Amino acid sequence: MLTALDPKAARLSATVLAGDGWSCALTRGETLRIVDSEGNQAVDTMFYDLHDAAERYDAVQTVRRSNRLYLTTGSTLVATSGAPLMTITADTCGRHDTIGGACSCESNQVRYSLDKRFMHSCRDTFLLELAKNGRGLTKRDISHNVNFFMNVPVTPDGGLKFDDGVSGPGRYVELRAERDVLVVVSNCPQLNNPCNGWNPTPVQMLVWATT
Amino acid sequence: MSDLLTHDTLRGGEAISLVLRRHQTLRLTDPSGRASVAGFFFRADAPLERYNMPDTLKAQYTAFLTAGRTLMSDMGHVLLSITGDTCGWHDTLSGHQDAADSRVKFGAGTYQAKRNDWHRNTRDNVLVELGKRELGARDLHANVNFFTKVVVDTDGSLRFVAGNSRPGAWVELRAEMPVLIVLSNTPHPLDPSTAYDPQPVELTIGQASPPAADDPCRLSRPECARAFMRTEALMQEGASC
Repeated sequence: MLTALDPKAARLSATVLAGDGWSCALTRGETLRIVDSEGNQAVDTMFYDLHDAAERYDAVQTVRRSNRLYLTTGSTLVATSGAPLMTITADTCGRHDTIGGACSCESNQVRYSLDKRFMHSCRDTFLLELAKNGRGLTKRDISHNVNFFMNVPVTPDGGLKFDDGVSGPGRYVELRAERDVLVVVSNCPQLNNPCNGWNPTPVQMLVWATT
Repeated sequence: MSDLLTHDTLRGGEAISLVLRRHQTLRLTDPSGRASVAGFFFRADAPLERYNMPDTLKAQYTAFLTAGRTLMSDMGHVLLSITGDTCGWHDTLSGHQDAADSRVKFGAGTYQAKRNDWHRNTRDNVLVELGKRELGARDLHANVNFFTKVVVDTDGSLRFVAGNSRPGAWVELRAEMPVLIVLSNTPHPLDPSTAYDPQPVELTIGQASPPAADDPCRLSRPECARAFMRTEALMQEGASC
């Protein structure tokens, strides 16, 4: 599904390099567009109620309330209480993961080998981003995330697969803030699996004010 | 085999929190065959480390839990190993019910009206148990739903599979570090039944031997072997990782 929003009218446009973090406070009604500029880039993203960090994005509540494991246009991203945080209003990729979590230096050692500890990871990015944005959030507040442009299907017999390659250059997803929301992003640096096509690349963030 | 230490019954609607010492076991038994028990897990001596659903599932290429699999923390350690399971499928994807969900499905069911048969819900139960240990809403993460099965169809829709358990089915968890366990014996959020009728569940704590070099949970996948190595290194005095 396409959108009519004009990038020239965005109140904010930011390029987030591979391996970098980004955070932004959105006012209720604002629209965030995440552009997979070069294609097949995972964008690990957390959402919090700007005024109450315990009200944060909850993947299992979101999946259960929508009765869909995969996110796309029309999906409502809900907080732990079930209250809507964001709604996906446009999506030219078609499918985004929310049960795959975020990579960490610890999980990389478990998943790949013990000598992967030195490699950069999303949860390190999240921790730094939370430490820098001055809102008092800590590791305790790192909960679930969305993996935009990633595909982690569950098979009917309960297997978990990693089927990347659903996105492409210039594909994007747009989300409307249903309340004042803090968005925290890690542009995934993972090099041990194909979630970034073995080549992590920049993504573009655009925010449109409420009209 | 585990040596029996204590035995208890968790009534329908009831919650409990307990700490398993390293290599103690907790067996949950479903006498009715209709149980669903929500479980939340933390490293007891440092609860900032907690069960992590994505890390657990990704490392084992699975969307559900059964014997031979492990519950992993967000720090790349094994919290609990599933050393036995006669049920076969425990749900990891569906989360849990809160007061509003419960009211819609079952009606108010207040204490005023029903006394101790009131309609307890999972979220409030867990907040009470976490509150006893200076934890709270910020510490909530995805939970496991023991004895219940939810499958994902090819379009991504979730489907509750009735009759997953059977009378007498049990699952046994072995702690690989000191683990705080919070259990709530409250209805599964996707169970279509609108009768509030959670059934009693038996809890048995025992003492197991440390996992051997050929322990089935350790050997189930190379990922699990590495998670065990990291956990055993952590548990050695003076070491950390």
